[in-house]
Amino acid sequence: MNSNQLQHQVLYMRRSLFDQGYLDSEQLIQLEDLQDDANPNFVEEVVSLFYSDSARLIQNIEQTLSNRPVDFSRLDDILHQFKGSCSSIGAKKVKDACSQFREYCNAGNAEGCSRSFQLIKQEYETLRRRLESYFQMVKQAKAA
Amino acid sequence: MIGAEGASSSKKARISENPVSKNRPYFALVVDDDPMIRRIHSMILKSVGFKVEVAENGKEAVDLFRTGAKFHIVFIDMEMPVMDGIEATKAMRAMKVESKIVGVTSRNSETEREVFMQAGLDLCYTKPLTMAKIVPLLEELQKN
Repeated sequence: MNSNQLQHQVLYMRRSLFDQGYLDSEQLIQLEDLQDDANPNFVEEVVSLFYSDSARLIQNIEQTLSNRPVDFSRLDDILHQFKGSCSSIGAKKVKDACSQFREYCNAGNAEGCSRSFQLIKQEYETLRRRLESYFQMVKQAKAA
Repeated sequence: MIGAEGASSSKKARISENPVSKNRPYFALVVDDDPMIRRIHSMILKSVGFKVEVAENGKEAVDLFRTGAKFHIVFIDMEMPVMDGIEATKAMRAMKVESKIVGVTSRNSETEREVFMQAGLDLCYTKPLTMAKIVPLLEELQKN
């Protein structure tokens, strides 16, 4: 692809992330606004930190869900942290999945929690794949 | 950044209007156990001219003040290991710290926020911090 085509591809991928509800445009734009020559990779750094946060929180949820009896209060705490993390980069679908999980938590429904946990993992993996492709394309377009 | 529609012109406008960069520097302390939040909040504050230090928990923040560090404003998370925001705020006020202390939390419960306020906060905001939340605080520091 030439430079123009790459740029169009970047814009298309970006627009899709917003239109398909994966990312909140306002939050991403705020992060991009902060990126400057002194911190040229700020957005990617923040997204990497989101990946680390998410991996840790997903592991914590897994461990807590596997304990008997299920500690719904602990689960609620972890999901609360996860929601906060999602808000920082505008990860809308993952955040919504977390909200759904918390409803099951509040109802003391372990089966519901397990099901929504699968959704959280699915949405997170999809977002991660899409973001990794997006940033890869941004790098290619810059280099072209 | 490629695809960041309109971001660079709004960023330039904001920094050139910023009163802090024209006058003496203001010092801010960001206290949060989440590295992603510390990174984002630091960048937001630096973008409007603050000199920023970070602490990973309430004890680190209190220790900074004990060693004689001074800050115009402190942004402090409520839930942190070692020493949480509530205990740290109480400790700072007991030490006669006069900095503006702003609680930053993802908790929505009015009761929890009230307990945090009672510890000695000047204000309490919901995470994440945004320009819209920072600018009025900046203007207030300028007036005083």
